[in-house]
Amino acid sequence: MRLAGSLAFALTVLLGTAAQAQSPINVKIGVLSDMSSLYADISGPGSITAAKMAVQDFNPAAHNMKVDIVSADHQNKPDVGSSIARQWFDVDHVDAIVDVPTSSVALAVSDVTREKNKVFLISGAASSDLTGPKCSPNSVHWTYDTWMLANGTGKALVKTGGDTWFFVTADYAFGHALERDTAAVVTANGGKVLGHVLVPLNNADFSSFLLQAQQSHAKIIGLANAGGDTDNAIKQGAEFGITAGGQHFAGLLVFISDVEALGLKTAQGLVLTSTWYWDMNDTNRAWTKRWQAERPGKFPSMVVAGVYSSILHYLKAVAAVGSAADGKAVVDKMKQMPTDDPLFGKGQVRVDGTVTHPAYLFEVKSPAESKYPGDDFKLRSTIPADEAFRPLKDDNCPLVSAAK
Amino acid sequence: MVEIFGIPSYALFGQLLIGLINGSFYALLSLGLAVIFGMLNIINFTHGAQYMMGAFAAYLMLQYLGVDYWIALVVVPILIGATGILIERLFLQHIRKLDHLYGLILTFGLALIIEGLFRNQFGSSGKPYQIPALLQGGRNLGFMFLPNYRAWVIAFSLVVCFATWFAIERTRLGSYLRAATENPALVRAFGINVPRMVTLTYGFGVGLAALAGVMAAPIYNVSPQMGSDLIIVVFAVVVIGGMGSILGAIVTGFALGVIEGLTKVFFPEASSTVIFVIMAIVLLIRPAGLFGRTV
Repeated sequence: MRLAGSLAFALTVLLGTAAQAQSPINVKIGVLSDMSSLYADISGPGSITAAKMAVQDFNPAAHNMKVDIVSADHQNKPDVGSSIARQWFDVDHVDAIVDVPTSSVALAVSDVTREKNKVFLISGAASSDLTGPKCSPNSVHWTYDTWMLANGTGKALVKTGGDTWFFVTADYAFGHALERDTAAVVTANGGKVLGHVLVPLNNADFSSFLLQAQQSHAKIIGLANAGGDTDNAIKQGAEFGITAGGQHFAGLLVFISDVEALGLKTAQGLVLTSTWYWDMNDTNRAWTKRWQAERPGKFPSMVVAGVYSSILHYLKAVAAVGSAADGKAVVDKMKQMPTDDPLFGKGQVRVDGTVTHPAYLFEVKSPAESKYPGDDFKLRSTIPADEAFRPLKDDNCPLVSAAK
Repeated sequence: MVEIFGIPSYALFGQLLIGLINGSFYALLSLGLAVIFGMLNIINFTHGAQYMMGAFAAYLMLQYLGVDYWIALVVVPILIGATGILIERLFLQHIRKLDHLYGLILTFGLALIIEGLFRNQFGSSGKPYQIPALLQGGRNLGFMFLPNYRAWVIAFSLVVCFATWFAIERTRLGSYLRAATENPALVRAFGINVPRMVTLTYGFGVGLAALAGVMAAPIYNVSPQMGSDLIIVVFAVVVIGGMGSILGAIVTGFALGVIEGLTKVFFPEASSTVIFVIMAIVLLIRPAGLFGRTV
């Protein structure tokens, strides 16, 4: 009996050392997002759920890897965001930061990530500067950007007669980029921009700005804002008779959570661009069902889907490189490997960090057309991957010229 | 066409009117704060959360009980006011004798808890609420399109503000209340139940916040953080008007709405800061506020 006991002990020790000899690759991913304010329903806790699902589907044990997920709330403040990023990289051994809605925060985090040679997987932030003049060899921009939104919604509206525009713009990096990119699309397609007004972030009352937009007599009022700001503007626009007066809103960044918040009665007819919709096909519906197990009653946005897919691709690259230590090497690997995942399909990570995949022009359904909860969009057209994102030659990204 | 500072005059009139409408929300909310501070000496940081609860109560009643806007306008302030009474009985009455700071921290903590609970339950992006059928549409005033609902907001809040001012400054009940603030022991000696009066006053102030919430539901996004966005501005309004001054709260509420509205035309980027600039200037020149009495 005693012999058997010692044998078992010796065996355990041996096995233990054997396992240690092949110690797994440790990877720590930090979900940095707005957990409690206007963008929390677009990403926030939903992104954490998606991150967990990505790790589960990747199956780290099969690749001899161990993946941990941490999360934090950046409160939409660049200083808070960059200090969390520093703490994560310096103290907590985080290898990659994912999501980060609010472009001003994302730009700050991008600088820190580059300085520390880690990886930044952008899904929530939209400014096209992240892959333009401010591009970084340590960043991958997955889901969408302001150029893509402008190109989708802006072009479609100008082509159907909306040739004069007035912008109501959120006064920070994202709003400025969205307005700039949309104005360029409008003028390039023969339209005219009549004016704009810069509105502080998280503004409750838009009536003053709507009145200015009304008096401009522009056919299209472009809302270069997001989340609660877009909802308030559209809700009050209906009240001030904007649509009844022949003017139309262009929600340049509208998420499914915004449509749910407005109600179909107010939001119907709105045209929007998105790269992912939960009810597009069976794969998306099945994925959504799994996601909803943790987030009952809610519908995943494209940002949440982007968090899932970017982590999946990142983990594949880490497995191929064999270590997560050198951020730039992992991102280079991500660029070499074609992307292929259940939600966004096949695509590639370009040299500037942009991930290309198709984009879709949707129209919000009327209450009569909607058959079940979350049945909010109908597809108007598909923009193929090579047209949906900004051409590399217009990027002004230093990485592109260096690659030539 | 007549132009003022490069802006057509008709555009300016429109902006002035819009400023007044926003001012009526500031006035209603700061009125509640002023009543609570003036009578209870409590800096009620839960006010924003209670305004949000008012809006959500209206949404929930419509969604699940089919109760329309007009009934909500009456029922919701009573309901949320009752929760206020509960808060006063459970917490606030125990810290009445302590420094202002205790009340401030307690109510601030409560606000965070309430908002957190609502966010957990309803998410952060908000819920839809339609304008009541009777007030849909609007009329063209020549210089602007005035939605009927906004006209109603301005008229109704003026009535509520005046009625509150009258009740506190001009009636017997109001004089008891003011006397109880000055010298509670003496007022009790006359056989008046001061603690109950104080409790009811807090309930009334909270009810005013809930009323503003119901009125805001059809035009603002009904979301858990709608109160915290507004409460800081409203506190600035109360400080400018003079802490505890009823008339000060009303007049400053409307005036600052107009000033903010004009800033949105001439320099929109500063519209979220202009009120705080004014607050700083007022505090430098008149530390007790425009209508406050120096102690």
